[in-house]
Amino acid sequence: MSMRTCPVTGLKVCPDAEALVRWHAVTAVVHFLIGVSAAILLVLTRWQAVHLLPSDWYYRILTAHGLNMLIFFIIFFEMAVLHFAGPILLNCRQPAAKLGWLAYVLMLIGACTTNGFVFAGKADVLFTSYVPLKAHPAYYLGIILFAVGALLDTSLFFAALVKAKKEKTYTGSVPLVTYGALTAAIIAVITLIHGAMVYVPTFLWSLGLMQMDPEVYRMVWWALGHSSQQINVAAHVACWYLLAGLTVGGVVLNEKVSRGAFFLYVLFISMASAHHLLVDPGVGPAWKVWNTSYAMYLAVLASMVHGFTVPAGIETGQRLRGFNQGRFQWLTKAPWGDPGFAALWVSLVIFGFGGGITGVVIGTEQINIIAHNTLRIPGHFHMTVVGGTALCFMGVTYYLLPLIFRRRVAFYKLAQIQPYVFGAGISLMGIAMTYAGSFGVPRRHWDISFTQAPFGVQFPTTVDLFMAAMAMGGLLAFLGGISYCLIAVVSVFFRPALSDDDLKRGGPGLPPGVVRLPSQTHTAEASEAAHRQGNPGTVVLVGVFFVCFILYYFTNWKILSLLWKVG
Amino acid sequence: MSEEKFHSALVPAQGVWWRPVGAQEKRWIQISFVWCMLMFAMMPLWHWKGGQNPSGIRGRVVPKDYRQRTERFIQDYKVGEEKGIPVVAPPAGADIYVEASMWMWRPILHLKQGTTYVLHLSSFDINHGFSLYPMNINFQVVPGYDYGLKVTPNQAGDMRIICNEFCGVGHHIMTGKILVEK
Ligand code: HEM
Ligand SMILES: [Cu+2]
Repeated sequence: MSMRTCPVTGLKVCPDAEALVRWHAVTAVVHFLIGVSAAILLVLTRWQAVHLLPSDWYYRILTAHGLNMLIFFIIFFEMAVLHFAGPILLNCRQPAAKLGWLAYVLMLIGACTTNGFVFAGKADVLFTSYVPLKAHPAYYLGIILFAVGALLDTSLFFAALVKAKKEKTYTGSVPLVTYGALTAAIIAVITLIHGAMVYVPTFLWSLGLMQMDPEVYRMVWWALGHSSQQINVAAHVACWYLLAGLTVGGVVLNEKVSRGAFFLYVLFISMASAHHLLVDPGVGPAWKVWNTSYAMYLAVLASMVHGFTVPAGIETGQRLRGFNQGRFQWLTKAPWGDPGFAALWVSLVIFGFGGGITGVVIGTEQINIIAHNTLRIPGHFHMTVVGGTALCFMGVTYYLLPLIFRRRVAFYKLAQIQPYVFGAGISLMGIAMTYAGSFGVPRRHWDISFTQAPFGVQFPTTVDLFMAAMAMGGLLAFLGGISYCLIAVVSVFFRPALSDDDLKRGGPGLPPGVVRLPSQTHTAEASEAAHRQGNPGTVVLVGVFFVCFILYYFTNWKILSLLWKVG
Repeated sequence: MSEEKFHSALVPAQGVWWRPVGAQEKRWIQISFVWCMLMFAMMPLWHWKGGQNPSGIRGRVVPKDYRQRTERFIQDYKVGEEKGIPVVAPPAGADIYVEASMWMWRPILHLKQGTTYVLHLSSFDINHGFSLYPMNINFQVVPGYDYGLKVTPNQAGDMRIICNEFCGVGHHIMTGKILVEK
């Protein structure tokens, strides 16, 4: 089959790559649907006014939620992003498409196997499966198959880079989006190697063929578990840049800075395991301090840099489009009704102010004493990987639907508010969890009223308030999440395919960036003028961010200092 | 920089893109860098001057041996029993042993405010989580490892240990007790 030319972007699209993007993305959404259905059950159980599930099912569904969301949904989607950022953005043919399908099938078989055993009650170990908790061997085998598939997909992305370079399908250096995806792919390889290092021995152990040390397991498991969060960050930052370009013609202020920041993510990746071992007996303080800070916070520096360059790129893009008055016209006149832009911006804010700040704070060696395994932890990561990554991927979906699936976005009005509903819900839930956690409310806990416990615990009534707020936020996020599934599934399976003419003609269900793509390049004079103007709006935003960061950081040290002396 | 042409992140970068950084961007990177170094410095500084650190005395231990140590500790300082769990009142400076197992904390402790002890934590079976309520002090309890933490209670009260690491179907009933007297 010949390659088609995209009427919107002018890119040459290989049908094989396109099909791989489609199937990986659709399968991601299916897993999201499982995850979000589990989420509502969890919310209604933790909110003890309802206390829906019995205890065994709470832990079972919690296992399913963690796996389907954090592993299956996110990684299937990331593989779609790789097939997009490789062959499609670089105008080249998909190399070894058959292997791509093999990868897909392996991932699917793996995910189905693991899910089957979880729902059958043969693996109530939560997605971290800390040994010596033991699941059925097939549970581990499923994850191994899934990881092998993902590794294969990732190597095809590298193959596409090589092929495109050899065939000269583009000039200059790969686009920043592809570069970001490349860093995500490199991190994925490192992560998956750690995955093999932990799951293969654990699989053998579950068959009784090997010994496992619980602390070593935790260290290597989190070298997988936390590094994979770095894949998420690199992938969604790449998608922020992608959405900024598609929705408002957001520019890259400085390629050197943005690429350098991506590169920092790669350098310090395997260290993140420490975040989960800060109050563990297996490792010493020097190791903890050095690793938890990714060698003196250089990966945090990278995120802070993107936290400037992404909004500033949007600001400059908007100013170049003529929204140039005052400090903030670029924001007031931003396309808030474009679901791609809405998702980008809300995700940026939640990730920065919510997930980012809380993450650095609770990842501080000593402050972790007042955070470890409390609800502060899920509070934090629902504002990184959910409010940040998942929401950003939702925004990408609204552009993939017309550009790759060649479908109108179904229920477009719903799609326009979906990012706000989901973002508001996750923020409320995340903040409420964070507060409840600071009273010591544990995560992964079926009954914080402790009715059957030998020694009762009575949390203050404010905790009930926060748990109710968590439930409200969770319900809202659930509505947003279900809407997303509905829109994606109906668009893909129940809407007619669009022709090139349909796309150009516009009409309902097409985001503005698809109907009229903002210009992606600018003249030297316009650039010069924009350059001289700088980013007065973004400067204010990062200033506010910085003040919040400092306040939250030192407040936590203050609270810590009031505790018992421990050492 | 006059020949620079802005472009989006979807477009391949042309020519030499290794260009000088804009003034505001540069300033933000500098501020961020200084902040990162400061946050890094806070951790060693707190080890030196601060009162709360998760360092402890760490070592490996065979769960059966740890159980024996705990039993000996209980025999030495036992003052009573509550709900079938021994209550222990160790002297100042003592090594105190708390053992987590599915699904209880042994023994119950009577401590004195302002007195320093070495609190040992370990597990007999799988991972558990030591969470002291209402202080909100949290440590991971790992089988095969002895975590010896020097603690000085600074408040009196009837406190609880909540298990905050998932440890099976009885996880949510796993609570223990520490009484701190003036
Ligand atoms: C509709 C949106 C969502 C809601 C309402 C929701 C809600 C929850 C709740 C209530 C918990 C249980 C916390 C506890 O009891 O300890 C939880 C855990 C978790 N969630 Fe979500 N969540 C959502 C989406 C996501 C997404 C998109 C991801 C990942 C990409 C995710 C990843 C996780 C993980 C990893 C856990 C921890 C599981 C564990 O402790 O084993 N969630 N979520
Ligand atoms: Cu426990």
